[in-house]
Amino acid sequence: MISGKNNIWAAYQKEIADDHYYFARSCIRQNIFPAAENLYLNILKDVLGKDIFDDIKQTTCTGIAYHSGLIPMETIMTVVARQFALMNEAGYENFVVSCVTSFGIYVEMLETWKHFPETEQKTREALKRATGMTFSIPKNLVHASDVIYKFRKEIAARSKYRLVNTNTGEPLKVVDHIGCHYAKIFPSHGIGGAEYPYVLAGLIDELGGQQVDYPERRHCCGFGFRQYLLKSNRGYSVSNSKKKFDSMLAFKPDLIIANCPGCTFFLDRWQYVIAEQEGITYGDNGYGIPVLTYEEIAGLLLGYDPWDIGLQTHQVSVEPLLEKLGIRYNPDQKYKGFNGEDIGNPEHPQVLKCI
Amino acid sequence: MPTLYEELEKDVRYREGLKACFNCGVCTAICPAAEVSDYDPRRILNIVQEKNDTALEELLKGDEIWRCGECLSCKTRCPRGNTPCYVIQALRGVSIETGFFIESEQGRKQLAIKRTVGDHILKYGYCVYIDEVDLEMYPEQGPVWDWMRENRGSILQRLNTSYNKDQAGTLRKTSKKSLDDLKKIFDETGGTQRFEKIEQYSSVKAKELDKDFKEGKDEYFRYLYNK
Repeated sequence: MISGKNNIWAAYQKEIADDHYYFARSCIRQNIFPAAENLYLNILKDVLGKDIFDDIKQTTCTGIAYHSGLIPMETIMTVVARQFALMNEAGYENFVVSCVTSFGIYVEMLETWKHFPETEQKTREALKRATGMTFSIPKNLVHASDVIYKFRKEIAARSKYRLVNTNTGEPLKVVDHIGCHYAKIFPSHGIGGAEYPYVLAGLIDELGGQQVDYPERRHCCGFGFRQYLLKSNRGYSVSNSKKKFDSMLAFKPDLIIANCPGCTFFLDRWQYVIAEQEGITYGDNGYGIPVLTYEEIAGLLLGYDPWDIGLQTHQVSVEPLLEKLGIRYNPDQKYKGFNGEDIGNPEHPQVLKCI
Repeated sequence: MPTLYEELEKDVRYREGLKACFNCGVCTAICPAAEVSDYDPRRILNIVQEKNDTALEELLKGDEIWRCGECLSCKTRCPRGNTPCYVIQALRGVSIETGFFIESEQGRKQLAIKRTVGDHILKYGYCVYIDEVDLEMYPEQGPVWDWMRENRGSILQRLNTSYNKDQAGTLRKTSKKSLDDLKKIFDETGGTQRFEKIEQYSSVKAKELDKDFKEGKDEYFRYLYNK
């Protein structure tokens, strides 16, 4: 029997399937941090011994277009239904979504079908007419970071490093940034809900780090969909990220981790833009604050080579973090191509210090 | 002919998003867009709730409904269970369907989004694709991106992706069958018709503004995207 505060906390938990997942990829993650999803799949398969299926037939969920006011709800609903049909065809029942925007989309469509059953029927008919496919609703639908959260103790047990500064012995100060669409739309679908999101904080706690609780912790990164997609509107996006950076600065974070592909991208790249435009840097000694995904930090601590997991594709250099963690790396390998090919180095920004 | 309100009421997001607003303004207080632009979800919900067709038409022809960033922070915070962002989504749909979107600077920018994200979906099966993201259009991507993109054949192979290959994996080529499925879904559910409407209405506005209008990144696209 759960009682007292534990009873209240139980309302903020969610069911996360134990094994046999169908993996829905993210448009932004595949492009911007192209090694992240492979790392995720490798952690699940090789470290945790789980079965996860990467389907060649899947497509975008069209979520970025939907949230930019570009496509009708009926269209995205039917694309979502096709993804579920593909999951059924592959013999899976547990749907794992790599992207936070997509996660919000899938949950929204399921909730809409629940509250407006006629929309589910129309979707079934449209999918049948368009593709001949039928679908069953997933037994379990979670975000990819939920699975890492579920197995955080197993990951910590297998890790070679901890979120601890090896020079001082102090826990690293880690900012967690949760994508808005993870729990702000449907709080009951996020661990800790919208008020106390614990999906990344739980990982930080388990891996030995210290959470940074700064005033703008829950503020949006500023993606804004159509606001970022248009060059003329991007002031919206950078302004919101800057508000967060300014707010976290006093706490001197060593690292930012995010569970949303867009947020990871914006919190990394807008540091570069703010440095070049305003001359402001947020990390130590003119560097930025490294921004990693949840599986990138898990992968690093598990002992994966930073350049094999694509950390050279981040604009903010990760070396200051690697030094603090005591992770040995080969600087000469950072910018090599396939088979050690010499392909030159990226240009250095004028203000933001990079390695 | 249905009134604007009747059009709006067809959208389940409108029915779900606006039950009864008592104008407390919490949505505006929490809103990241309201903080940086001339955008006030409280005001918009009030207009919609009053069911004044003239005021609604003005809204559909204006910039304000296009300033929302769809973060949906308003859904979490509304003490009455409304979702201003859902109402915005429904308003945007009606604005495009009626052609009112071309009457505002922000609304007419939908053409630029259609010709990037919209066209990428049907061409690549992704909303975003590395081949289309260059520094001229996305300068904030920075030098690391430029280096990666210029050397993508080698780097993406090093990172064990399936870039442009007919196999499962990161950045794989989407099969013709999957792209055909997407197109048929768009045809069946109004997505294709929506795209056509954006193009058709935009061609009229481009002519009015004396901008060259053809396809892709033409003069009108660049005008909308950059300014």
